[in-house]
Amino acid sequence: MGKTIAEKIFARAAGREVAAGDLVVARVDYIMGQDGTAPLAISAFYELGGVRPADPDRIAFVIDHSAPSPNEGVSALHKLMREFAREHGITLYDVGDGVCHQVIPESGRVGPGSLVVGADSHTCTYGALGCVATGVGSTDLAAAMITGSLWFKVPETMKILCRGKLPAGVYAKDLILRIIGDVGADGATYLAVEYAGEAVDDLSMDGRFTLCNMAVEMGAKTGIIAADEKTLAWLGQFTARRFAPVHPDPDAAYAVVREYDVSILVPQVACPHRVDNVVPVDEVAGTRVQQAVLGTCTNGRLEDLRVAAAVLRGRKVHRDVRLIVAPASRRVFLAAMREGIIQDLVEAGAAVVTPGCGPCVGTHNGIPADGEKVISTANRNFKGRMGNNKAEIYLASPATVAASALTGEITDPREFVR
Amino acid sequence: MILEGKAHCFGDDVNTDYIISGKYKFKTLDMKELARHVMEDLDPEFYAKVRPGDFIVAGRNFGCGSSREQAPLAIKYAGIGAVLARSFARIFFRNAINTGLPLVECDTTGIRPGDELVVDLGRGVVFNRTRNLEIPVRPLPPVMLRILADGGLAAHFKKHGGFALE
Repeated sequence: MGKTIAEKIFARAAGREVAAGDLVVARVDYIMGQDGTAPLAISAFYELGGVRPADPDRIAFVIDHSAPSPNEGVSALHKLMREFAREHGITLYDVGDGVCHQVIPESGRVGPGSLVVGADSHTCTYGALGCVATGVGSTDLAAAMITGSLWFKVPETMKILCRGKLPAGVYAKDLILRIIGDVGADGATYLAVEYAGEAVDDLSMDGRFTLCNMAVEMGAKTGIIAADEKTLAWLGQFTARRFAPVHPDPDAAYAVVREYDVSILVPQVACPHRVDNVVPVDEVAGTRVQQAVLGTCTNGRLEDLRVAAAVLRGRKVHRDVRLIVAPASRRVFLAAMREGIIQDLVEAGAAVVTPGCGPCVGTHNGIPADGEKVISTANRNFKGRMGNNKAEIYLASPATVAASALTGEITDPREFVR
Repeated sequence: MILEGKAHCFGDDVNTDYIISGKYKFKTLDMKELARHVMEDLDPEFYAKVRPGDFIVAGRNFGCGSSREQAPLAIKYAGIGAVLARSFARIFFRNAINTGLPLVECDTTGIRPGDELVVDLGRGVVFNRTRNLEIPVRPLPPVMLRILADGGLAAHFKKHGGFALE
């Protein structure tokens, strides 16, 4: 029987043949914690009897969720992370460096074939590089820091085959929202999700990160896209290291195979308060919004900002809407400046905040008021997610968010896409 | 271990933002403080109603969403003895076992708010005393039983000096 990408990566990391369902203790290639989880992982590190990390060079902490700190409680936790990182020689990405799920791929430290754990559920994003990357909690993170390894159940895989070409004004975000709407919030629980097909091949790396980022919203352990020339060229910007792509065997066994023809896809919106409550944009078009958010680990990358700027260039954000933009990283921010994208966004009326998670997790940077509606490029619209349980959050592509910011209501972006 | 308490019922897909909102969890490592806000967005009275040893009873996919371990910890510090659900999201599942919060996967559809439950973790059975009904439990995987039996991953590490699972 052939092997899936996940089975091959776990076999390499465990040092033996494995099949889906096996329990393995596997060596982890990279370990990440952010400011919502690393402080608790530091407590757990000592509680588990940790003295020094097994390999500090394979660990990074990222301060992105509440950066810069909005209050003294957060400041104390940031300080704890900085001190721990300094003491143990761990890489620390501080305020302004960006969202963990952008800065870790940009570090060049993870790539095809890697096994990565991060104390953040959207760690599955890195699967776009052809690796297995999965979210864990703080105690698992501490165990991985101490031993360099962690236990895993080798997952079965759901394959999602995407054929056809995406129409103008329809993006990777619309595709993943449609998939989640179909699969449901727990439809891929415990599974790895392998995305393949010509529509996936055609996506830029930025689009592929968006696909993999939201795998966890259907319960998956990770999303994976086999590496190709595009992947290696993207990584080549950041590292000289050669990674060997891992491909599934032609006779690999899949738990489920789903197929999509993306050429008939239209812009999609996830409605309050569930990520799998997905409808075509025309079903909610006209809904008034008071805040629009462009950014996050789902859609804060250069291509996302570029698409939004193309919609907004030479126009003005509706007077009843705040448009908040958080570039995914310092590098993305700089690249967007060089291209004139930031100029376009700011002239249109956007408020640009520090590269990082922005207002997504409800700690700062734009907490909505009671009764307000937000349209966001983020990945979660749970009640209270943005810090107010009396607000409503809609999720959509950067183009849909930009078009809605212009009109003040949820808007099909295709009329604005030139 | 035998646990006894009352049922507090919730629906499907209770995510970790509902268990403990991000607006609290980023500020502190004081789990007693976080526990006061547990389930607040679904039931503002929840913390005040819970008596030590009570159970959270839910539908499918309990604990979906973020990887925050503050979620099982806040539940545990609120005095909840175990969470019973039809299924659990995978990161929460690991986090709960790692932090010593018992999880019980079973058919929860017949359990009503206030029902008195007896959970026998060793035998793997739930008895609904109010309705005189025995509910079979889907056993935890052996590796997780071992960690839970040791009292969580920290206790497991102290006992074995690392992972003793294979």
